[in-house]
Amino acid sequence: MSTALLATNAISAVFEYDFLRRALIAAVLVGITAPAVGVFLLQRRLALIGDGIGHVAVTGVALGLVLNRAPVVVAVVVAVAGAIAVEVVRSLSDTSGEIALAVLFYGGIAGGVVLVSKAPSGSRNLTQYLFGSITTTSNGDLIVFAVLATVVLATVVLLGPALFTVSNDEEFARVLGLPVMAINVLLATLTALTVVVSMRVVGVLLVSALMVVPVAAAQLFARSFRGTCIAAVLLAVISAVVGVIVSYAADLPSGGTIVLVAIGLFVCSLIVSGLVAGGRLRGVNRG
Amino acid sequence: MNEPQHDHPGPDHTGPDHTGPDHTGADHAGHAHSRAHACQPLGPAVIEVRDAAFGYGGHEVLRVESLEIRAGEVVALLGVNGSGKTTLMKGVLGLIDRMSGSVSLLGQPIDQLRDRSPVGYLPQRQSAAGPIPVTVGELVRSGQLSRRRPFGTHRNDASVHAALDVVGLSGVEAKRVDRLSGGQQRRALLARALVGGSKLLLLDEPFAGVDQPNQEEIADALDALLHNGLTLVVVLHELGPLEPLVTRVVVLDEGRIRFDGPLDEAPPQLLHMGHDHDPHGGPDPARGIGLVR
Repeated sequence: MSTALLATNAISAVFEYDFLRRALIAAVLVGITAPAVGVFLLQRRLALIGDGIGHVAVTGVALGLVLNRAPVVVAVVVAVAGAIAVEVVRSLSDTSGEIALAVLFYGGIAGGVVLVSKAPSGSRNLTQYLFGSITTTSNGDLIVFAVLATVVLATVVLLGPALFTVSNDEEFARVLGLPVMAINVLLATLTALTVVVSMRVVGVLLVSALMVVPVAAAQLFARSFRGTCIAAVLLAVISAVVGVIVSYAADLPSGGTIVLVAIGLFVCSLIVSGLVAGGRLRGVNRG
Repeated sequence: MNEPQHDHPGPDHTGPDHTGPDHTGADHAGHAHSRAHACQPLGPAVIEVRDAAFGYGGHEVLRVESLEIRAGEVVALLGVNGSGKTTLMKGVLGLIDRMSGSVSLLGQPIDQLRDRSPVGYLPQRQSAAGPIPVTVGELVRSGQLSRRRPFGTHRNDASVHAALDVVGLSGVEAKRVDRLSGGQQRRALLARALVGGSKLLLLDEPFAGVDQPNQEEIADALDALLHNGLTLVVVLHELGPLEPLVTRVVVLDEGRIRFDGPLDEAPPQLLHMGHDHDPHGGPDPARGIGLVR
């Protein structure tokens, strides 16, 4: 079957199947929120903090499965608590902070694995959170994701200047009198919410990818912080939508497919920006 | 330790009449001669430090019995690397641990100071660029935020243009910060410190890694601001183009203030204490701290 036919079938399936429509809506929500938060994390040189909070969220999911409560909601509570703990530990310690964070992260995933062994449904359900299972997204999940994504985006838009100032130069932000600790805790909380929104789409093991890779691609050609934000959101939405369609058409895991598409866009950006820079250099040398 | 001298008008650096800053970039060599800080009556204390100890991680590195800086002064904090200059500046701004004593800024205890908009700060960092591209305009605009205005809704582009104009960077607002030279980046950071309407400016090594023409541009910008009533506290390895502006020097050594007074009264042995390696390309070790060019 040709690629074009596969794509046509996938697109017609979007109109036919509810689960695929829900998957695409979830993908778009993640595509918008993940880089909108990730751009501040990269500016703070904390690109992998999303991974760490994802590990903590595993304990939340497992706890939800054991208690037979909505795992997404329990994961929100645990991930936010973990994110705040991470920020407090980071601000209070220097070299020992890294060790404390590592303990917290590994403790998160170990706690999740142990807890889920006592869940009535066993560890099978945990797999969809570890690796993503976008096609099993329910209407209830979608409502939770939409509310969380709205909260994250509204906060980023409203407090964007303060988040930028603190991420760009924390010391200067203190001199301005900005509540730096509160803003850092807020960013950690936004990261936790984004992790929870993303975990059904790409899985907690790949959750950082959509926060980091589209931003890394966008900064190669953007000329401003604002431009990087906008370009990163566009790239992430494209990655998520194309990833969902390709994964459905080719019967591939959605999370891994979305991330591979994002990495493909990053490599393309790298090549194009390299060619443009090389062309400029040749122009200068000729001149 | 010398008692702080609060009422001295500073050395006689009145020199020729001020002719205003020249941001054309031409004739840098001549600027140092036309730049001079006119003696003016000093205002109230804007910085007061009493019996204070500062440090990092519970380890004391600086002790100050008494330091008072009044409005209108131009104070240079001098000393070898590790003498406590940056620690003093950060302690005054409340950026590091204070183990004892008191610090007041603009007449209020630092912990209770809510409106910090009159305070401008140029950190020691060499580059204004981070991992994500930032334009000069975005960088400078971030200096308009404050505790009372954290949302950035009061965006004032005229102030941004004015601050860039003062530091001689007009027309580069849309340019990426990482595409500027090191000296231009320092000037962009200076514009960020000024954009909130600073009346008290604290600069940590404004000339670190900055070439001579850019040093002159920065000195010209400060010269113009001083005539509008600015108080300036500046950490320096050498006075360089700021020498005609400075009204008072505070020399630190091993975490203590060893001299506080006019430059021409400073004991020569304190001004030539020898110099350890300066990573920013400071003065020759053979010249001591090289106060005078």
